[in-house]
Amino acid sequence: MFANLPYLAVATLTVIGLSTVLLKRNLVKVTMGLNILTSAVNLLIIVLGYREGGIAPIYTLAPQTYMVLPTPQALCLTSIVIGVATTALLLSFTMVIYRKYGTVNVDEIRELRE
Amino acid sequence: MIPQFLWDHAPAMAVAVPLLAAFVCPLVGKYTATGRKAWVLLAAAATSALALFTAWRVYTLGTWVYVFGATVPALSVPPDSGGIPIRIIFEVDAMSALMQVIVAIVGFSVILYSLSADGKRSGLEAYYTLFLLLIASIVGMVSTGDLFNFFVFFEISGLASAGLIAYRVEAGRAVEAGLKYFVVSTLGGIFMLFVIAILYGQYNALNIAMLAERMQFTVLDKIALVLIIGALATKAGAVPMHFWTPDAYALAPSSVTALLVVASQASLYGLFRFTFTLYHLSLNAATVGWVLILLGVFSMFVGVTMAIPQKDVKRLMAYHAISQTGYMLLGVGTGLAVLGNQGMLDAFGRMAIAGGIFHIINHALYKGLLFLTAGAIIYRVGTRDMNRMGGLGHKMKWTMIFFMIGALAIAGIPPFNGFASKLMIYESVYLFNPVLAIIAMVVSILTLASFVKVFHSIFMGPQLPEYEHVKEVPAPMLLGMGILALLVILFGLFPQQVVDLLITPAANALLDQSGYIASILGGA
Repeated sequence: MFANLPYLAVATLTVIGLSTVLLKRNLVKVTMGLNILTSAVNLLIIVLGYREGGIAPIYTLAPQTYMVLPTPQALCLTSIVIGVATTALLLSFTMVIYRKYGTVNVDEIRELRE
Repeated sequence: MIPQFLWDHAPAMAVAVPLLAAFVCPLVGKYTATGRKAWVLLAAAATSALALFTAWRVYTLGTWVYVFGATVPALSVPPDSGGIPIRIIFEVDAMSALMQVIVAIVGFSVILYSLSADGKRSGLEAYYTLFLLLIASIVGMVSTGDLFNFFVFFEISGLASAGLIAYRVEAGRAVEAGLKYFVVSTLGGIFMLFVIAILYGQYNALNIAMLAERMQFTVLDKIALVLIIGALATKAGAVPMHFWTPDAYALAPSSVTALLVVASQASLYGLFRFTFTLYHLSLNAATVGWVLILLGVFSMFVGVTMAIPQKDVKRLMAYHAISQTGYMLLGVGTGLAVLGNQGMLDAFGRMAIAGGIFHIINHALYKGLLFLTAGAIIYRVGTRDMNRMGGLGHKMKWTMIFFMIGALAIAGIPPFNGFASKLMIYESVYLFNPVLAIIAMVVSILTLASFVKVFHSIFMGPQLPEYEHVKEVPAPMLLGMGILALLVILFGLFPQQVVDLLITPAANALLDQSGYIASILGGA
């Protein structure tokens, strides 16, 4: 049961994130939803590489060779960096839109809806 | 004659050169605007040269494996790694090489065009930085042999495209289009990361060749396949996930749109790469093939019917772009559907795949050309509304000729390149299922009808008084369009040579999964 707890967390975060992105009309909330989704994936990747009782994968002077996997952590780090760039761009778009239309609600600004 | 480092490192440099040039660009532009133009043009020319060189070597010597950080660039599996390719690997086979040729040609012509078309805008240093980043990411996407690497380039292309679509921030609608595109693209990226997690968790590998060898096609792999097809088909703009395409294509500056077409096709390349190389026969080829075919048929039909009533010239062309993507999906999907049946594969499957791939390169050329001519018209006239245009043929003769070439090519009229690839698709798909071929032909006729109308309303008729002052566009823009137009005609006049030289090796590379695995893991 406890071993599966992280996966349950991933599933919960995914559902929360996806429903926020698809159902919320506020652009800031959509951005938050995307962030939650990214966290869910990051957590999944980390959990896949975790071994109970493993140490940090640094070979110099290592007391034991039973380590957690380093690759998922590297992937996760890259994904976090990409997530930051994504969030920054989304929020700056939101800012421009707010200046133009005075609202961040998608329903009120849809000029493109034709 | 060719320096040794090129022989060793060209695939990596084809990504590194535009990437570095992109970030030096604002620095150069700070001091001199002319210098920036020269710098951007130089970077684009160098990238194109590197990509063409890589492609040439791949076509003559076979798949090129480039390993980052290895003592010898070809050493994909180090002796002490236990038979696992641990490094990031670029694997450029004939299919990737074909995509590189497309990026090289279209990227260069578009930059040439953009230097004078967008020369008077503000914020150009960021503009060209993003432009070169987009080129770098497309080259990366098509050459990488590593799943996570593909995701990174996918995200870079998403970020750069979104920035470019929203480039004209003074129009709120451009930002909306950028935002719409970017939310979709980010969602696609997250899906892809899920796929990577699923596959890595099962097979302990990120290398596409390694994964392909270990692929078991479990339930999780099926979920991964669905997610990845969803993500990449969305990015390629296939119906029913096409909603971002018209907005993004219409509101981005025209030179950007022409490059976005190529970026969409890089996603399409990814879709074909994953279905053919990663899953290949382990999946239920007939079902997945039919999914692609249906996506293709919907895209073709919905795209063209939505295009007909449009009044905005670029929006209209965007819907046609969706419709043309359908042809590629139809051709390659047909090939995938008969993958397991050797007799049918040899009878028409190979030809269908070759037709679909040929259409990718043709589409990049003529659609790029059409978007550039639309940009040229907007550049002089200042409106995208076709009802307010008319009689432009009197003043813009060259643009009119280029538009005609592009329009006839997209409608599949001989002797232009669109005819050659569409004929291959019709012939092979007819053997598979006549109804599909007939739908494809009907769509082609509707495309022709739509473009005749557009041509008439833009160029024909008496000269309008408000367009007295309109002149032909500057020479660099004409040159950019001219390169593409020339290739459209050449590919149409000598289709057999192009198919033999470029397309058939690419189609064979796509089908040859064991070859792809063997060039990384050796032996096999």
